[in-house]
Amino acid sequence: MNRLKLSDHLILILGVLFMVSPVVLAFITSTHDALTIFRSGLQFTPGDQMVENYRKVMFEAGGFTKQVDGWVMLQNSLILGLGFAIGKIVISMLAAYAIVYFRFPLGSLCFWIIFSTLLLPLEVRILPSYEIVQSLGMVNTYSGLIVPLIASATATFFFRQFYMSVPDELLEAARIDGAGPWKFFIDILVPLSKTMIAAIFIIMFVFGWNQYLWPTLITTDESFFTLVRGIRQILQVWVGSQIPDYQEAMALAIIAMLPPVIVVVIFQSWFIKGLVESDK
Amino acid sequence: MATITLDTVRKVYAGDVEAVKGVSINIADGEFIVLVGPSGCGKSTLLRMIAGLEDITTGEIKIADRLVNNVDPADRDIAMVFQNYALYPHMSVYNNLAYGLKNRGMKKAEIDRRVKEAARILEIGEYLDRKPRALSGGQRQRVAMGRAIVREPAAFLFDEPLSNLDAKLRVQMRVEIKRLQRSLGTTSVYVTHDQLEAMTLADRLVVLNKGQIEQIGSPIEVYDNPASTFVASFIGSPAMNLLEVKAGEAGLGLAKGTGLSAPNPHGKPAYKLGIRPEHLHVVDGQTVPDGHLSITATVNVLEPVGAESFVYASFADGGPEIVIRVSSHARHQPGSTLQLTADPANLHYFDPENGQRLTG
Ligand SMILES: Nc1ncnc2c1ncn2[C@@H]1O[C@H](COP(=O)(O)OP(=O)(O)O)[C@@H](O)[C@H]1O
Ligand SMILES: [Mg+2]
Repeated sequence: MNRLKLSDHLILILGVLFMVSPVVLAFITSTHDALTIFRSGLQFTPGDQMVENYRKVMFEAGGFTKQVDGWVMLQNSLILGLGFAIGKIVISMLAAYAIVYFRFPLGSLCFWIIFSTLLLPLEVRILPSYEIVQSLGMVNTYSGLIVPLIASATATFFFRQFYMSVPDELLEAARIDGAGPWKFFIDILVPLSKTMIAAIFIIMFVFGWNQYLWPTLITTDESFFTLVRGIRQILQVWVGSQIPDYQEAMALAIIAMLPPVIVVVIFQSWFIKGLVESDK
Repeated sequence: MATITLDTVRKVYAGDVEAVKGVSINIADGEFIVLVGPSGCGKSTLLRMIAGLEDITTGEIKIADRLVNNVDPADRDIAMVFQNYALYPHMSVYNNLAYGLKNRGMKKAEIDRRVKEAARILEIGEYLDRKPRALSGGQRQRVAMGRAIVREPAAFLFDEPLSNLDAKLRVQMRVEIKRLQRSLGTTSVYVTHDQLEAMTLADRLVVLNKGQIEQIGSPIEVYDNPASTFVASFIGSPAMNLLEVKAGEAGLGLAKGTGLSAPNPHGKPAYKLGIRPEHLHVVDGQTVPDGHLSITATVNVLEPVGAESFVYASFADGGPEIVIRVSSHARHQPGSTLQLTADPANLHYFDPENGQRLTG
């Protein structure tokens, strides 16, 4: 028993080390200056440049046009992450609601068509998507960044499964209580879906936050750059004899990690609370 | 408070499932009607058509003399109590009760008054702030009743509201539902598959079988004069003994087996003969009076249930088994022979073909 416990802990600790040590290394390295890193690679002891490096990536405009600093990129990333997650949740909840509760012609066909788009990730449809967004004049806009990504087969599928597990009597009781379709959705289904929403929000926020390919295509204006793009931008400046600013890239990477971590931590506690308490 | 009228109501589900086949019932104001029948006989379907949760295929339903075929459930002035209670899990008890009233645009003060009043009647006042999941089954049941009461509807509709409760609580809630309905005087339609629940609650029973009415009547009428073999075997526990008999030289005898002789008042060649377990009496030593039923059977099992006992006995020569109610003091040994009789007034004769009761 005891031995088993020990080995359990060992495995867990190894797992944690495996996951966390790159992050820790990145953080430590981000506190050194560029020259040190260029000369001797990753650093294992804290340096003295932390405040300076973080101030620089956050508030000193960089890039080609010297227009955009880390703070702006953080805002852009947040807009993308939140817009992506909230948009997906709203759209897929409504879609699932229609599929489960309304008998419309070809309803289940609609569902299967939506479902089959699971097989078509963004990368596959990226050219036509770009073409559409471009011809709508939505390049270099937030809506162009967010809207084309919003439709979500995964989230629609999860909400559909959830709604189907809600007992029919609840709908009937609500109908007798005078709740129309809209009221039933807002007053009953949405509150009941809280834990589902939290779970999907976590997944989708992180997913949206980490988007790289689509923002790269759709935004050429640097003021729309996201953090994830910004990191690349820093490493790209191999001009002449200039040393790439590894320390800044590391610092930006650490900053880019924080919001998703915060979202996961906050919503996870909700999520678990919901799982423990809920009974439909 | 209102009358409810069903006129040849039919329900055909997709795929040609005829769940309800032309049912007509006139429910008086304030009456407690129980729809009873085996699982799948169409009780819920019928109730849900009254509630407006299910479309009516043909026929008419009137509540308080208003045709409601195409009226929304919310506008039918009814309240329904579901088997699984169907409370809103995320709302407090108070809001569960208040939700329907809010949707009607009722004033806050009036909502509060009604909720408090219902909570008082049902003794759920101290749970008003709790969520349903923090309540026991019985308490949830009360909240579900409360949600019906606050609406002060023209009619209550119950769909097996007690079947999720344990036996003791079920009896207790049964009494309470009856008391509540009496004091409110609200017309009620109650669906159950439990014949005992049906008997104890109903002003009038509606026995349903395969989507059709077998019999309507007060519990005692139905019990004493079952209209068909279906009703005879469904109402009463243990069920009525139903024996296939045919006419011989001296009255009626068993179609299969020996040991029975019964009068033949209708002069037909064959019947299903019904006798309730409590109407069979053991004759010790005496002779059976002329023209009374006479049975000789061998005891299989004596089953004591406390206040009384039941004897299971079979006829000779491969005849059927019958059940007899005896006093709890009776000590009939398995294998012993019983001589039984019954008053001719307590014999029920049914047509062997269609199972209908023969009268006159
Ligand atoms: N939505 C439905 N679609 C098709 N058939 C149904 C539906 N609901 C009930 N039925 C059928 O109608 C019959 C009566 O059902 P129901 O009224 O629920 O019976 P009960 O409540 O008496 O057990 C059953 O045979 C059932 O299978
Ligand atoms: Mg039912």
